[in-house]
Amino acid sequence: MESKSSDRRKFLKKSVTFVGAAAAAAAAVRPVSGQSSMPEMEAPDLPALIAYGQRSPFVKSKRISVMERMSPDEFGMTFHVLSPLQDSVGIITPSSLHYVSTHRGSYVPNIDPAEHRLMIHGMVDRPLIFTVDELKRFPFVTRTHFLECLGNRAKSTHKTVQDSHGLTSCSEWTGVPLSVLLKEAGVQSGAAFIVAEGAESVKGATSIPFAKAMDDCLVAYGQNGEALRPHQGFPIRLLVPGFEGMHNVKYLRRIKVVEKDYMTYNDYGHIVPDARVASLTRVIGPKSVITFPSGEQKLPGPGFYEITGLAWSGSSAIRNVEVSTDGGQIWKSAELRTPSYPMAHVRFAFPWTWDGKECLILSRCTDETGTRQPTRVEAANYWNQPDNSDFRVPGADNSVFPWRIAGDGSVHNGLA
Amino acid sequence: MGAFTMDWRKLFLLVVVLSLAQLAKAQSPTYHVGRTPTAEEIHKWDISIGPDGKELPPGHGTAAEGAKLFRVKQCVVCHGGTGSNGPAPTLIKSDGKTKSRYPCLVPCVNDSNAMAIHAQYATTMWDYINRAMPLNQEGTLKPDEVYALVAFLLFKNGVIPEDQVLDAQSLPKVKMPNRDHAALALEWKHGTPIVAGYP
Repeated sequence: MESKSSDRRKFLKKSVTFVGAAAAAAAAVRPVSGQSSMPEMEAPDLPALIAYGQRSPFVKSKRISVMERMSPDEFGMTFHVLSPLQDSVGIITPSSLHYVSTHRGSYVPNIDPAEHRLMIHGMVDRPLIFTVDELKRFPFVTRTHFLECLGNRAKSTHKTVQDSHGLTSCSEWTGVPLSVLLKEAGVQSGAAFIVAEGAESVKGATSIPFAKAMDDCLVAYGQNGEALRPHQGFPIRLLVPGFEGMHNVKYLRRIKVVEKDYMTYNDYGHIVPDARVASLTRVIGPKSVITFPSGEQKLPGPGFYEITGLAWSGSSAIRNVEVSTDGGQIWKSAELRTPSYPMAHVRFAFPWTWDGKECLILSRCTDETGTRQPTRVEAANYWNQPDNSDFRVPGADNSVFPWRIAGDGSVHNGLA
Repeated sequence: MGAFTMDWRKLFLLVVVLSLAQLAKAQSPTYHVGRTPTAEEIHKWDISIGPDGKELPPGHGTAAEGAKLFRVKQCVVCHGGTGSNGPAPTLIKSDGKTKSRYPCLVPCVNDSNAMAIHAQYATTMWDYINRAMPLNQEGTLKPDEVYALVAFLLFKNGVIPEDQVLDAQSLPKVKMPNRDHAALALEWKHGTPIVAGYP
């Protein structure tokens, strides 16, 4: 059995470049009139492809590690993996391309869902323990939400939008509202925080305000129409919409209702002396970025293009997005091409004719709370700091990001 | 007038009874899915140690014991012999003279944000060492060993004297250097700006 499957893998590997064409041929796709016909070839392992599909071998879009730390590292651990936003269309990140962050840098556990449990305890009348199947018996909701790591901070050395903004992704999540489970356990008065904990080797834990836990958090088991991926917390994860990625605990195994912030390892790392910075660290502010044209892409020449990108906010839905093609002097409204859901990516587009001259393109968004994404200058002014290259936007960096289009159509980091 | 008062009282009573019924309903489970864990299960699973240390187990340790464990438990392999010259996060503030040959690992935990310097409570250290160390043998340390390692790191960072014994009573009382320099985030409210007036 094993050798057979291994042979099959080898065969697949060898023939992987022909898979797309062969699959199409086998599915009796006739060449479109006027196009060249496809070569006939033997179909490799069609049952496997029919069972679970894969993308065309011509599509090469892939995740990469952050520059500062390889994943997997020398111990086989995963830390930060960036999503290829430059190739994105629409708002749903394919599960295979969703960015990855882990608590500390840890192994991705291989959890048997039949063995996994979630316990809720602490300041509750009835501590409860659930199997994954039991969680699926509760009324579910399906919602679209982005996730973003606090480390998603653009630098002048970044080349592509994957480097500068790749630690955010957006999925359709399905799960049980955490409030339903907490009510089932009967929360006692005085509850102020929950501690959420994962089942991976480091048992990554974080403190979350109780008000948020009761508001819109999900215990999710579904992502983009199927089970969560192991990189995303299979079999269950916590979704804390709009909060820094770290709070969205993967491999969720325990929720303890407590009377104060428990200052876990993950929480202590964010300790700052200013409550405003602490708040801007916890929740992601309104943020947007142009994904086309973006770094290392090239416009073939003057003419019509659509500038497009993503916008999101940790507080609400996005109300509007503006684009500037002259370095921020004139801002014009972009079109929202997808529904704008609360705490989700929205796709914007701006029809544009490039005149072939060097220019700086930027986007900025405003969310439903009326908060507008700041430029670096606006942020520096607010904190009474000079806007030079040393200025580090406090909290999650949601500042406006520029791309410079050179006369030859090449696109470069506008911070450089 | 008298009849009206009676009616009002009856109505009031009815409202009270209905409210109590509603309250009782709100507090009882709706779906009856899941089971009640045993006290033993909760005790075994609950590895969270809060700032007041009420979950700390019996046991004790000193810096001298911790110094030995720092080698025996192979902490030195990743954190370096000085606690600041390995590939893993800095645990002991460096002397500033010898430079680590490793770049600061992402996330960069160096002198200023080493746990003993930056955490508000020593319980954060106990909790983390207990749950997440040593690498590949997480959760295997005994309470005495965790107390000793915390004592060692606090002593080496100048937070406690070398002879101080740490246990469930003394550890939460350790006055950490950053205790009074940390701000909690503002109260979170649905659908409001994160910080009013920013930017």
